[in-house]
Amino acid sequence: MSPEAKKEKKFALTLPAEELMACGHLACQGCGATLAMRYMLKALGQKTVLCIPACCWAVIDGPYPYSSLDVPIYHCAFETAASTATGVKAGLEATGDTETTVVAWAGDGGTFDIGIQALSGAAERNDDIIYVCYDNEAYMNTGIQRSSATPYGAWTTTTPVKHFKNRPKKDIVAILAAHRIPYIATASVSHPEDFVKKMKKAKDIRGTRFFHVYAPCPTGWKSRPEDTIKLARMAVQNGYFPLYEIEDGEKTTVNLKLKERKPVEDFLRLQGRFRHLKPAEVAAVQAEVDARWERLMRSCAG
Amino acid sequence: MRKVIMGNHALSYGAMLARSQVISAYPITPQTQVVELLSEMCADGTLDAQFIKVESEHSAMASCIGASVAGARAFTATSAQGLALMHEMLHWAAGGRHPIVMGNINRAMAPGWSIWTDQNDSLSQRDTGWMQFYCSSNQEVVDTVIQAFKVAETLMIPAMVILDAFALSHTYEVVDVPDQALVDRYLPPFKPSIKLTPADPRAFGGLTGAEHYMELRYKLQKDMEKAPALIEETGREFGKVFGRELGLVDPYLCGDAEFVFVTSGTAGFTARVAVDELRAAGVKAGNLRIKVFRPFPFDRVREVLGKVKKAAVVDRNCSYGAGGIFYQEVKSAVYGRPGMPPLIGYVAGLGGRDITTAQFKEVAADAMAKAKAEEEIVWIGVKK
Ligand SMILES: Cc1ncc(C[n+]2csc(CCOP(=O)(O)OP(=O)(O)O)c2C)c(N)n1
Ligand SMILES: [Mg+2]
Repeated sequence: MSPEAKKEKKFALTLPAEELMACGHLACQGCGATLAMRYMLKALGQKTVLCIPACCWAVIDGPYPYSSLDVPIYHCAFETAASTATGVKAGLEATGDTETTVVAWAGDGGTFDIGIQALSGAAERNDDIIYVCYDNEAYMNTGIQRSSATPYGAWTTTTPVKHFKNRPKKDIVAILAAHRIPYIATASVSHPEDFVKKMKKAKDIRGTRFFHVYAPCPTGWKSRPEDTIKLARMAVQNGYFPLYEIEDGEKTTVNLKLKERKPVEDFLRLQGRFRHLKPAEVAAVQAEVDARWERLMRSCAG
Repeated sequence: MRKVIMGNHALSYGAMLARSQVISAYPITPQTQVVELLSEMCADGTLDAQFIKVESEHSAMASCIGASVAGARAFTATSAQGLALMHEMLHWAAGGRHPIVMGNINRAMAPGWSIWTDQNDSLSQRDTGWMQFYCSSNQEVVDTVIQAFKVAETLMIPAMVILDAFALSHTYEVVDVPDQALVDRYLPPFKPSIKLTPADPRAFGGLTGAEHYMELRYKLQKDMEKAPALIEETGREFGKVFGRELGLVDPYLCGDAEFVFVTSGTAGFTARVAVDELRAAGVKAGNLRIKVFRPFPFDRVREVLGKVKKAAVVDRNCSYGAGGIFYQEVKSAVYGRPGMPPLIGYVAGLGGRDITTAQFKEVAADAMAKAKAEEEIVWIGVKK
């Protein structure tokens, strides 16, 4: 067997062949969020229902009367992904369907900002849903405005270069962990095997499960569409977006251990949204990444 | 200074010239450019204001209320879903008598998702106690924001300046951007007689029993009743300073008209093309554009309608189970008055569907063929 064939075989074995996402969707070139959906559905399979609030994905799926997905979708209001999903789950159970996986699928704005009340409510009640936040680090649907997931240093239309975002990204995983839900995982479109594996694991857990998925957005990040996977991988490998999971709010496992982390600068320089950053500001980003990494290591040890 | 600007930027310029002190907003299509420009103006120092980038519209309105009660001039802008999410706070702003000015871009409500124009978003807020100004040109938008602050702060009632999605929000027009010195002369700084300050400790909005609550609302209504005259007075004053008068309604060729279209927003300008064409064909048509919806300009509407033989109210909205909302309001304005014409109600252009000149002519033909007013709403341009 040639090395290529070997690789093919491995791919076929690790990622389910089933495609629940068709072509014809409306995403931009190089959209990370689109890949995230594809991988999630590979893991969850056909018996899945999606609740999608306002976000790029509310558009990507296709305009009425089209849909590019082979699972049912309920389009819900921006702030209601978690509570709508909770209601759908209750409604399905009340009518005899206890098997279907109910997923709230929202962007970072719909999760970190306007939807956090509903998410916190569902998590505290431990409602039986999977909540996936695909994080492209701004409000992209409405034309690149900052969210509380926008990282320090980034340009957006509401954080102009002169007043770039000067606060760090909200630590959504820590917030969810504080709710002591059974399962939390981070994932990246650059590591589909890891993502699918964790999603399959989550499928069999009951209660609230939360995924934070890193999904580059060339349009909003001013990066090249062909660099999407590269950027996502760099973010994982330099510790900017580490891959880990937290069980019951306590047991932290790092899924991809990094012996040596590359500097974040190369990653920042591939994105127009960070172009204005001066060396001192790049150093500040690096220091923040280092500190977060240290915290993560400590939480694994402890 | 004359500038070619989009409707959304007309709102931003209005808010800037009014020297808004606190702006708190949340992005939504098709409003985003309003706050993007204001955000830039705050960043580059053109506007000396605090800009709060909140996490939802509910918080946008709540923080405008906080800023206003602290004595600052507050501005925000939103659209559709965002306005609906503010609903609780809209009652709060009006009930608390906080003279906030807000731009709202008329966009159809979900589901299905739509970003295109109709008026159901703002008309659903008609009973919150806000004044509502429906604009139909970018010039009118800039001017109205400035006037709205003046009226709002005089009466301590918040005001919404409303424009159609895309048809106005994203349409570029020549606008005479008023001179700052003149605006300063027209609109004095906001100096509320009471505010939240340790120098004069008061509790605002506490538990209000049946003994007092009704009086608060009576006063709101009484002050709203003063609004039509005040809007006309400040509108004339605006004319003196800037050369453009602002009124409650905007009649077009209504003087000798036998038939009028009653419209609001940009659809009125399409109606005017139809009016011209009908007149060329020998029909004495006219157009009554209602600019101010709250307070409702009862007198001005009756003045025009009292002289015509028939009127067609064309609504870009629908109160399901009752019909077009302007139609309901115009009917109530003429109720029990002698000499008023039969009114026919039409619903058109929901979710951004175009309302064409041909459709206005269809409306005219339909209305003129009808002998009397009808309960049934006529839907224009709908696939049945
Ligand atoms: C109540 C309400 N406010 C605002 C909007 C406008 N809106 C639609 S999508 C969106 C941003 C979504 O950002 P995010 O959740 O990060 O998803 P993305 O677009 O980046 O995929 C906004 C502000 C809305 N639909 N509803
Ligand atoms: Mg986003």
